[in-house]
Amino acid sequence: MSVSELPPLSSAPGPHVRAVHDQFHGDLLEVSMGPHHPSTHGVFRMIVTLDGETVVKLKPVFGYLHRNHEKIGENTSYLGSMPYTDRLDYLCSMTNNWSYALAVEKLSGQTVPERAEYLRIILAELTRLLNHTCLAGFLLQDGGASGTPLMYAFREREKILDLFEALSGSRMMCNYQRFGGCRADAPPSWLGAALTLADNYGRFLDEFEKLLTGNEILMARTQGIGRLPARLAVSAGITGPMLRAAGVAYDIRKVDGYGLYPRFDFRVPLGDHGDTYDRYMVRVLEMRESIKILQQALRDIPGGPVMDTKARLRGFRAKPGEVYSRIEGPKGEIGFYLISEGGPNPYRYRVRPPSFVNLTILEDLCLGHSIADTVVILGSIDIVLGEVDR
Amino acid sequence: METPEQIRDRILARFPGSSVAMVLNPGPAAQHSLLLGADHAREIAEFLRDDPALRLDFCSNVSGVDWLDREIVETTKIPTPGPVAGPAMVAEQRTRRLQPGYLEAVYHLYSMELRHGPVILRLRTANRKDQVALPSLTPVWRSCEFQEREVFDLFGIVFSGHPDLRRILMWDEFKDHPMRKDYVEPDDYEWEPTPHGDVLAKAKRHYPASPPAAAAKGEPKP
Repeated sequence: MSVSELPPLSSAPGPHVRAVHDQFHGDLLEVSMGPHHPSTHGVFRMIVTLDGETVVKLKPVFGYLHRNHEKIGENTSYLGSMPYTDRLDYLCSMTNNWSYALAVEKLSGQTVPERAEYLRIILAELTRLLNHTCLAGFLLQDGGASGTPLMYAFREREKILDLFEALSGSRMMCNYQRFGGCRADAPPSWLGAALTLADNYGRFLDEFEKLLTGNEILMARTQGIGRLPARLAVSAGITGPMLRAAGVAYDIRKVDGYGLYPRFDFRVPLGDHGDTYDRYMVRVLEMRESIKILQQALRDIPGGPVMDTKARLRGFRAKPGEVYSRIEGPKGEIGFYLISEGGPNPYRYRVRPPSFVNLTILEDLCLGHSIADTVVILGSIDIVLGEVDR
Repeated sequence: METPEQIRDRILARFPGSSVAMVLNPGPAAQHSLLLGADHAREIAEFLRDDPALRLDFCSNVSGVDWLDREIVETTKIPTPGPVAGPAMVAEQRTRRLQPGYLEAVYHLYSMELRHGPVILRLRTANRKDQVALPSLTPVWRSCEFQEREVFDLFGIVFSGHPDLRRILMWDEFKDHPMRKDYVEPDDYEWEPTPHGDVLAKAKRHYPASPPAAAAKGEPKP
């Protein structure tokens, strides 16, 4: 019996592990990994067919966290969806907010004051630091470095979350951006604290890299594992650090130049091999570039209002029309597609989730590797199920 | 990058039998889109991907849109002769017509090589009920694989030629398509047949129901 002739696993009684005889390969084993497995970063399930320890087939199953975010967005006012975008990728609420605010601003032709643009860049780069730090910690945890790297990463993440809490009142569900600017101004003391954090972050990265980047076990577990060819990455719509680790220079901050990014001096790190190690390295290098952006932004931030005086939040209505708008989130391209018919709610509210699209090639990356490697590969894709399932 | 009009003209020159129309976007963003006929859609998509001036190698976003049937009222003014030596009069005539609804798949394309975009493609089904098939563009752009599955799951557009068209967010046994505008959610999401229901039915058969009049008065049972 070949693998493709297997009946779906969900209809099989008993435990979700079974042996299938195959005349050439001996016994294939179909294992349901998840949805409650610590390595799957949430409620995510993989149906893996194994030949010994080698993956010959892998089907991701998700939707356990599905609450039809887009339908709720259609039945809510434009402003009412803003706090709900926090719950998409709950690590990166600031970039979700920005992407949604930018889409509504383009839909209605609004402008944003310069100080608010600077604040948005500062918050987006802090979010990138926080996301990549968490990811590196989780990736090493998945690779078997139990506890210590994750706790080092979370110690630094907590410092950024303290800044978010001071500014917006909430650590993770920030609900800070508005169409037309930002909800509250940042006092000078906050900007000073952010600059101190940015100046010190490089030292943490040095420490982190000293422990890990040259580590023999990390290299053995990640180099040559889950190699993603550049052609496949482009065709499969992979975005963010995963795409750049495959060697494709495509960063929406540079390509679209949204916000005030063209004013900033930063480089886009690229990988050579597209393997899991490159995906780790690209993120570490991106963090160093984010620190440079933060230092420039905190040095140059002008005074002035943070909210467009003509902006209207409650009772907001957009003219009929539609828009697709995207920004470079920490996980990749996060975009919003809005259709307005002139009413108080959008007629269509669509989220383009980066980690959902990045999951498309999970099977391609895992085929031929061992079951232990799928855990590391999944960790390097960087998924958040709040966004995948929506 | 070429304007959508230029792209449309080039597609029409390359595929003479195809139907391509502009869909104008009245909003400030002015992202106009191209409405493709379903019969040549895949060839046109391959052309857009491979054409050296466009190279739209990156299909970023696939979304479904549900457009319900809507009644369109058109008012036409008919000049009528007024009273003698008076001003001419204008009579208004209202005509109502029903525009049938349809489902729509919208593709946002970018070029990673030439760094431009978006070019927006729209495909429309014939109606919302039984003719809901559209050609899948997954063979052209792999990134459509999960996104078209999602549109199938939530809107009910059947993508012909998709390698693995299954539900992706809702569970496999689910019947309806929740993102449709006329979707009514069930009262009991979690209901599924259990032996418990059979036991209750058997118990009802076993104990005769007390007479409703007696129960309403609160009289003690004999």
